[in-house]
Amino acid sequence: MRPGFVTVALLVLKKDLAIEFKSREIVYTTLFFAVACVMIFSFAFVMEEGVPVEGAAAGILWIAVAFSGTLALGRTFERERYSETLRALLLAPASRAAVYAGKLLGMILMMAATEIVLTPMVAFFFHAPFFARPLLLVALLGLGTVGFASVGTLFAAMLVRTRTRDVLLPILLYPITIPVIIAGVRGTAALLQSPPEEPVATLWIGLLTAFDVVFLTLALWTFEPLMTE
Amino acid sequence: MKKLFVPLAVIVAAMFVAAPIAIARADYESTMLLVQKIFYFHFATWMALTVAIGVCGVASVIYLFKGSKAADWYAAASAELCVIFGVFGLFSGSLWGRKAWGVWWQWDARVTMATMLVLVFLGYLMVRKYGGPGSEKLSAAMGIFGAATAPFVYKSVDWWRTIHPQTTVMKTLGEKWPGAWMLVWFCSLAFILLTVLLLVARVHLEAMRSRLDDMYLAAEE
Repeated sequence: MRPGFVTVALLVLKKDLAIEFKSREIVYTTLFFAVACVMIFSFAFVMEEGVPVEGAAAGILWIAVAFSGTLALGRTFERERYSETLRALLLAPASRAAVYAGKLLGMILMMAATEIVLTPMVAFFFHAPFFARPLLLVALLGLGTVGFASVGTLFAAMLVRTRTRDVLLPILLYPITIPVIIAGVRGTAALLQSPPEEPVATLWIGLLTAFDVVFLTLALWTFEPLMTE
Repeated sequence: MKKLFVPLAVIVAAMFVAAPIAIARADYESTMLLVQKIFYFHFATWMALTVAIGVCGVASVIYLFKGSKAADWYAAASAELCVIFGVFGLFSGSLWGRKAWGVWWQWDARVTMATMLVLVFLGYLMVRKYGGPGSEKLSAAMGIFGAATAPFVYKSVDWWRTIHPQTTVMKTLGEKWPGAWMLVWFCSLAFILLTVLLLVARVHLEAMRSRLDDMYLAAEE
């Protein structure tokens, strides 16, 4: 009997987390990269008096998330490619969509781990009141991460076979996920206003949900034919 | 399609000769004056782009799930057209923006999203060129996702209330200024027919290329 969708997804997730807990490679490298990103931005967006450009914090946070997310995506699938385990995963008698869902969950968790450290750090360095509306911020970050990771996991998985995957992943991923990044940045920027513009943020949360639904549906639908050689 | 190609080419050529004359004769718009005439081709390119995106998305789905080679050629050809018309549309929009908004480039929602769309289809062509063997499938994924975001680009101006004219502009134009409205659709039709023409020619080229490859392979054996 074929194992169920949820069982397979959780097994793939468990496998990825077990590897990650052993080495902590992706979380540490991604986090370090994100911090380095924020530092580089601080040179560009902090004026001479030591005051950051108004509203820069939202953009910095999201760019750091997107860049470090790309790095994590590349690494996760490089690991699968290096030991030929992706083929084994695809040969397993389980639905491919479930394999995708498992990889996606792992990706979301890893990006979330980075964001948990990154967000307070950006708030601290750029005097940004991120936590004035914590629930809205969590919704924005969570939905944005799901949107980014859903496309990213699909593209990183399908690019495993190509020689130029390192270059192609950002080239393909960024144009497609620009709407998600725009929604995330604008929504977060609305929260940074004083007082926070809740209706604006909610509008962007709605748009992010729409993007997530579209991207997730398409990814689950196309993963199977895309991964068939 | 072969029989229809030449008559269609003649019709399109005639339309493209007639369009500039009709545009030159059309009345001046009261605020934008001469610059408003950009609109006739600006709108038409985006209509052509819409058709090309639709073809690319549908053909990509058919290729991915059915593996039909012809569908792949249609998708690739329409992706090229998306880039060409997209760049043309951005250029004409930039000229328009110089007069209407005072700047060559404005980061409003529609412009940003349209640029993104052009980038998506450039990515499509890039993954095809540099992806190595099997890249047709990868580019098909790009085509599907690109086509899926296109409706968001269209609705972006209504949701985000930016300075680009809203999607209702064409409806009100039909009531207020039927002459211009007719001309806009005439130009759009000319561009859409041109898209079909280029698409057919490009797919034909790809089919010939594929046949040539097969013949080479047969000769080697």
